[in-house]
Amino acid sequence: MESNRGRSARSTGTAFSRRWVLGAGASALLTTGLSACGSGEGSGGGGDTITAFVYGDDAVKVQAAAVARFNKSAASKTAKGKIKLEKIPGSDYLPKLRTAMGSPSAPDVFFNWGGGSIKAYQEADKIVDLTDIIENDPVLKNGFLPSVLAAGDLKGRHYGIPMRGMQPVILFYNKTVFAEQKLQPPTTWDQLLDVNTKLKKAKITPFALGGSDLWPELMWLEYLVDRIGGPEVFRRIQDGDAEGWGDPAILKAAEMVKGLVDDGAFGSKFTSVSYVNGGAPAVFAKGKAAMHLMGSWEYSTQLGKFPDFAKSNLGWAAFPKIEDGVGDVRNVVGNPTNYWSINPRTQNKDAAIAFLKDCASEAYAKDLVALGDVPTTSNASALLSSAPNPEYAKFQYDLVQQAPAFTLSWDQALGDELGTKMHTEIGKLFTGKSAPSEFVSACKGLK
Amino acid sequence: MSSTVTSGGEKVQRGKVRAGRPSAVWALPAVLFFTFFAVVPMALAFYLSFTKWDGLGDPKPVGLANWQKLLDDPRLTQSLGITVLLTVASWVFQTVVALLLGVWAAGPQRNRAVLSAIFFVPFLLSSTAISILFYALLDPNFGIIQKDTLGSTSGAFLAIVFVGGWQFIPFHTLIYQGGARQIPEVLYQAAAIDGAGRYRQFFSITLPQLRHTITTSTVLLVVGSLTYFETVLILTKGGPGTDTAILPYLMYEAGFKTYDFGYASAIASTLVLAATGLSLILIRLTGFGGMRSTREGM
Repeated sequence: MESNRGRSARSTGTAFSRRWVLGAGASALLTTGLSACGSGEGSGGGGDTITAFVYGDDAVKVQAAAVARFNKSAASKTAKGKIKLEKIPGSDYLPKLRTAMGSPSAPDVFFNWGGGSIKAYQEADKIVDLTDIIENDPVLKNGFLPSVLAAGDLKGRHYGIPMRGMQPVILFYNKTVFAEQKLQPPTTWDQLLDVNTKLKKAKITPFALGGSDLWPELMWLEYLVDRIGGPEVFRRIQDGDAEGWGDPAILKAAEMVKGLVDDGAFGSKFTSVSYVNGGAPAVFAKGKAAMHLMGSWEYSTQLGKFPDFAKSNLGWAAFPKIEDGVGDVRNVVGNPTNYWSINPRTQNKDAAIAFLKDCASEAYAKDLVALGDVPTTSNASALLSSAPNPEYAKFQYDLVQQAPAFTLSWDQALGDELGTKMHTEIGKLFTGKSAPSEFVSACKGLK
Repeated sequence: MSSTVTSGGEKVQRGKVRAGRPSAVWALPAVLFFTFFAVVPMALAFYLSFTKWDGLGDPKPVGLANWQKLLDDPRLTQSLGITVLLTVASWVFQTVVALLLGVWAAGPQRNRAVLSAIFFVPFLLSSTAISILFYALLDPNFGIIQKDTLGSTSGAFLAIVFVGGWQFIPFHTLIYQGGARQIPEVLYQAAAIDGAGRYRQFFSITLPQLRHTITTSTVLLVVGSLTYFETVLILTKGGPGTDTAILPYLMYEAGFKTYDFGYASAIASTLVLAATGLSLILIRLTGFGGMRSTREGM
């Protein structure tokens, strides 16, 4: 599902049927039996094929190419290991990884979102601390933007190697609609409200929103809180202080969300529109909605589904400034990137590390660029001119480069348990089932 | 001599016993299967409900903490309410339609057989496929009903009841068809002589005669509603808000979204107990367990 673009594994579960559970149970039983037979002596570390679990969307082409490249390389021969890539459908990725990691068929290398998404693995000793390895290896140490490397950290230690493009959240707009209505993309909140009023008058929904997935709604809160109170507000919550939800910026942001919803800024049906099944992108591309606050993958989603729209009518802008807010207008929210991490129980750590180094190579970065992504490698800026849309790539790169703060998506930063519960509360806020003050007190009680 | 005869006779008799009534060994494959794939997992889930386990590492015993949490969880009460409401609504919808269709389909004409076969088609599709199909049909911008159906509480609830009915009514229709065909023709002939019309015949003969069929269908339906899951997952994900989060969905969320397998197991155990209890009560109340004949006085 290309629309996922590594962001929204948690948002779907359509394929997670009874059959899936049975299959998982059966395959767990099978693999237990098989590996019990095979785990005698003799494998001895070297010469093994090690497995890598990856989120199986469109971007997986890049990892497939990297694996093919590595398996033929001298590094693979030196480390006596080859990589086998397992592409797992996006909606199943998280539960599948979790069940596999608790079983004997665990992957050696696995895709993740860094931060809170790997906390449980770190606490259970199922992830290799890569800090020293990165510090002592010039390729890894100098290969990536330091801020991106740090963004996936847990308590100042590195556990992952960046392996996909940047995913900042961007305000997209439909150029044709804006031209027809003689509008400019808003740079301040007042302008946004003004644009909102004019669009409604013209019977166009101002913003597309995939409300049934919940995480697109989260993006609004992330930006509003950042613009009103700065990145410190969420940082405090992320560091474990639930009282941080009591910050006035959160209440203000929730009230602004309620204002937008009541005003009809998202139309009247957004709670049953989904992003993942292509609903929200279609509403946006067909001009039924004029703007769409979404991760940078919106571009490649549109390029896949509505190529003409993506090429000529898709516009982009930074999230507007809020007049009395203290947050820097250059701040960005979203996902810095995705990471590869290593399972400590791997039979061939050397091969795993040698493979991860490929992510810093020019060939790897070029593959990402060709797909429309902006790599997080230090050589990225030189490659952007060969992107499918260099202007967009450059915009995205500068946005992230110049951002004083890049706040990791809240759900990823908080981890699965808190993230899921927060989604529920956000859903209630957007559907008007809880008032802004109720939202704040409910979030304070999350644990 | 006589002793050989006796022993020979015994042998023959034993042989007869063996041929006439299969020994318990015959049930072994089924028993083993049931043990490994139903009893053992159920026991494991019950054990897990006394532990804290995030799917990684080892489960840690926490005593009754998960059960305590279950009792204190406001979402459990809400969820139970929704589950009961969904069960009742599904029962009314499916029973009424299936009963009428089934009795109608029990008639002799050829077109009924063909139509019955067509009615049965939805039951052959997987519930996942059906849910995805209806999800597309209910899309507020590109579907056939361009309303906020799944985004409103009543809309989402009715959609779940309807989609469930669409899938399972054919199955219950089949049961009622079978039941209705068992009713002796003479009853209707006698009633016709006494001057009873179609409605009188339906309420005085068909319905009472179908008593046990209704019980069977009801038990299946009620227990089925308790484990109803895919449709909710695909159509509403428990939403809007938490308004359609039935118990199995709550269990899924606890297990596979927040990775609190201990708590999820406590919910699962509750479901098993509730389903078993409910079907026992239903059978008791309807006198189904007594195996009394419906043909009293015949």
